[in-house]
Amino acid sequence: MTAALALGDDALVLSHRLGEWAGHAPVLEEEVALANIALDLLGQARTLLSSVGDEDELAFLREERSFRNVQLVEQPNGDFAHTIARQLYFSVYQHLLYGRLAAGEGQFAALAAKAVKEVAYHRDHAEQWVLRLGDGTAESHERMQRGLDALWRYTGELFEPVEGLDLDRQTLGDDWLAAVTSVVRRATLTLPTGPQSGGWAAGAGRQGLHTEPFGRMLAEMQHLHRSHPGASW
Amino acid sequence: MVAVTAGRTAQGVADAAEAGSEREAAAFDAAVAADERIEPRDWMPDAYRATLVRQMAQHAHSEIIGMQPEANWISRAPSLRRKAILMAKVQDEAGHGLYLYSAAETLGTSREELLDKLHAGRQRYSSIFNYPTLTWADVGAIGWLVDGAAITNQVPLCRCSYGPYARAMVRICKEESFHQRQGFELLLALSRGTPAQHAMAQDAVDRWWWPSLMMFGPPDDASSHSAQSMAWKIKRHSNDELRRRFVDICVPQAQALGLTLPDPDIRWNEEIGQHDYGEIDWTEFQEVLKGNGPCNDQRLAQRRTAHEEGAWVRDAAAVYADKQRARADGSGAEGTTTDAEATAHPVEATA
Amino acid sequence: MSSSTDWPLWEVFVRSRRGLSHTHAGSLHAPDAEMALRNARDLYTRRSEGVSVWVVPSTEITASSPDEKDAFFEPAGDKPYRHPTFYEIPDGVKHL
Repeated sequence: MTAALALGDDALVLSHRLGEWAGHAPVLEEEVALANIALDLLGQARTLLSSVGDEDELAFLREERSFRNVQLVEQPNGDFAHTIARQLYFSVYQHLLYGRLAAGEGQFAALAAKAVKEVAYHRDHAEQWVLRLGDGTAESHERMQRGLDALWRYTGELFEPVEGLDLDRQTLGDDWLAAVTSVVRRATLTLPTGPQSGGWAAGAGRQGLHTEPFGRMLAEMQHLHRSHPGASW
Repeated sequence: MVAVTAGRTAQGVADAAEAGSEREAAAFDAAVAADERIEPRDWMPDAYRATLVRQMAQHAHSEIIGMQPEANWISRAPSLRRKAILMAKVQDEAGHGLYLYSAAETLGTSREELLDKLHAGRQRYSSIFNYPTLTWADVGAIGWLVDGAAITNQVPLCRCSYGPYARAMVRICKEESFHQRQGFELLLALSRGTPAQHAMAQDAVDRWWWPSLMMFGPPDDASSHSAQSMAWKIKRHSNDELRRRFVDICVPQAQALGLTLPDPDIRWNEEIGQHDYGEIDWTEFQEVLKGNGPCNDQRLAQRRTAHEEGAWVRDAAAVYADKQRARADGSGAEGTTTDAEATAHPVEATA
Repeated sequence: MSSSTDWPLWEVFVRSRRGLSHTHAGSLHAPDAEMALRNARDLYTRRSEGVSVWVVPSTEITASSPDEKDAFFEPAGDKPYRHPTFYEIPDGVKHL
């Protein structure tokens, strides 16, 4: 239950954030790309949430404190570089995670086997853009670095233990760091140096402690559904 | 054969003389008359080219501005199923805009140029998107009525005389078939839902019906471009013909939905075997066209902002490509094609 | 190089399934080949229309000119002996 919610909420919340780009992307081709990623994630979320309950009840009727997603995915989009930094951190993690789950025999093996292909593409998309923004113009370099720096503190929680996910968190974290470091270097950027979790609650998304923007995101996402109790759509 | 004579306007003849080739003009006329396609590098009258660019640009602009009223509801879609459908639909619209800009580019007009004209307010998009989406039911009404009207307009364009436009339309129409259906289904769920949901659906249909009828353009006797475009087979039916066909389609569908069309004058006309309908408020149409619709400024402002705020991203990628080319030049060979089969991931992964 | 420079145009060819040749699907803009390939995947195969994609810079395509179409293509028109239907075979002869 906990693991399905954790993975499902990650996918749902990030999908929602990416959906906010619709009509605002820097170029039309990127409208299509971001929507593809959002749709893949939404599909994963629906499978995961449905495996433990009614997908709509879980998405629209839970309170903020019951969501189990990491704080990283709920962070607002910011500029395109900020979104790409979030994508890099998360999709590298998700790709490594699903790769491991697909190879195992646990309850998520089947889902992960399908999702790992989608996520490979998300990761590639993020890496391509980190390279272009990092090694592009002075302005894009600066923005990309700022995005990486700002979100760094939310990366530690990716490797917190999740009940029901039997994984070697240490090697997962090591592989993640190696992959991210490699992309960041090739993009002529610097790996952030600060702590990977900060303050009293950073890293506590899995326990239902979230950041302020998440409450507003949920208010928007849930209001229509909640305004018509019991209605079907 | 009407097309041949009508197609050779004074302008057409002047163009031909300028090009110094009556033979080419005759070949063009013959191709149009024979229902063959004109292809990008064929000779064509300047006015034909200009009309096509104008129409394809307006069509492309409509697709990308049209993303806004629907994207307005992605974050609030009331079920995950609806959220996925809506995202996919808005994404399709971006894709359709891309197909159409590409088709326009075959005539030598760059997308950048067309976008600049849109942003400067010098080229139009469909006025329908200057109306706001106030409730969730509006997403359904747009799918059912606006996409329905668009499809009625577009299906004949799959046989448009200009090849790239016709081909883009074939792809678009194929993809759009789900757009109208999802709208109908959405409204049906509301109509059969709670009283509040039913009222929401009826309200949306009340607001979108008349603007949808206006999408077919001014009445035939007031349409400035129609006759020439029909002669050139850029357009295949008159505005009023298509409008009436649309009303015929909608009347039984509204009944199936359990919703009312807000026009007491709709009734079956035995004589012509079609429906009559009430007077359209063309003053409103003209006002919205002029920029006085509820959302004209908002739509254009969002489009401009997205474009301006994306400039640094587009620049960065262009500069990166230059750098990579420079690096590759240092080492020799330059690849101009990229085979997905050779790049194991990720394109193959989608197979 | 700057905001005045639009990304170049690429022509996209899609193999819809194994055993078929790549067919022109349309075009798109991308800063380089890698992104062109990815954009092509997103745009032209999002309904599983393809198993393989080629992208070619539009400027690299050399096309026959419509003005030369007589010189280019008409000579092929009077050589019907290149087509199997040119040859008469008695009824009943099989596998030919």
